[in-house]
Amino acid sequence: MANTMTLISSVTVGSGGASSIDFTSIPATYTDLCIKTSLREKTSGDYVRLGLNFNGTAASVTGKMLYGDGASASSLNITVYTTVAWGVDRFSATSNTFSNVDIYIPNYTSSNYKSFSIDAVEENNSSAALMSLSAGLWSNTAAITSLSLIPDSRTTFAQYSTAYLYGVKNA
Amino acid sequence: MPNPTRIEINCETGVESIIELTDAEVAQMEADAQAAEARKAEEDVAAQALADLKTSARAKLVAGTPLTEEEAATLVI
Repeated sequence: MANTMTLISSVTVGSGGASSIDFTSIPATYTDLCIKTSLREKTSGDYVRLGLNFNGTAASVTGKMLYGDGASASSLNITVYTTVAWGVDRFSATSNTFSNVDIYIPNYTSSNYKSFSIDAVEENNSSAALMSLSAGLWSNTAAITSLSLIPDSRTTFAQYSTAYLYGVKNA
Repeated sequence: MPNPTRIEINCETGVESIIELTDAEVAQMEADAQAAEARKAEEDVAAQALADLKTSARAKLVAGTPLTEEEAATLVI
């Protein structure tokens, strides 16, 4: 079991926003990858979904997402890479609040298909604040060397959004 | 008006680049956004239909009237 975390790279979105956050040339020296983010998206609405792209490919991402907003809960099938989690704050959510989205990808250099899990929660001083848990699979045998975070609405992440990529392995 | 930008971080070098999207990438982004909206609308309709079925199933259970196959399916795990 991997038990140490090393920060590989981090980013803070600047004033111009960012349509995606792309980590490239990810070293193959770890066992797992862990991405911790604080995200907000710029268009109207309370929350948006998050997309996760591996190696620049747009196919072969499937899974299941459970989500709720404090009043009701439901689930949906993950069928496209642009929708893997729900609960990213948008412009209409409480000012200066950011969602927390954690992504874990075990065995990212394996020649087997890659699984991932996501824990996402929105921050919003409202009766509804969305949260989701996702379990997914990227049906590709290539090692993960790059990954991108994108808002499902394909607009932009807001200034001060952050993403930290960690490598996880045994010490 | 300039196109939106993306942030790329090279994990080997640590170099962070802000890259303006090409027109083709912007067009793809807009197409993806429309697809996302359409997908969301379909899912909302399906979620509402399921909620309506559950409400109907509960009412019939309380009233002691027969459930439809679809209504029963919402209650059996």
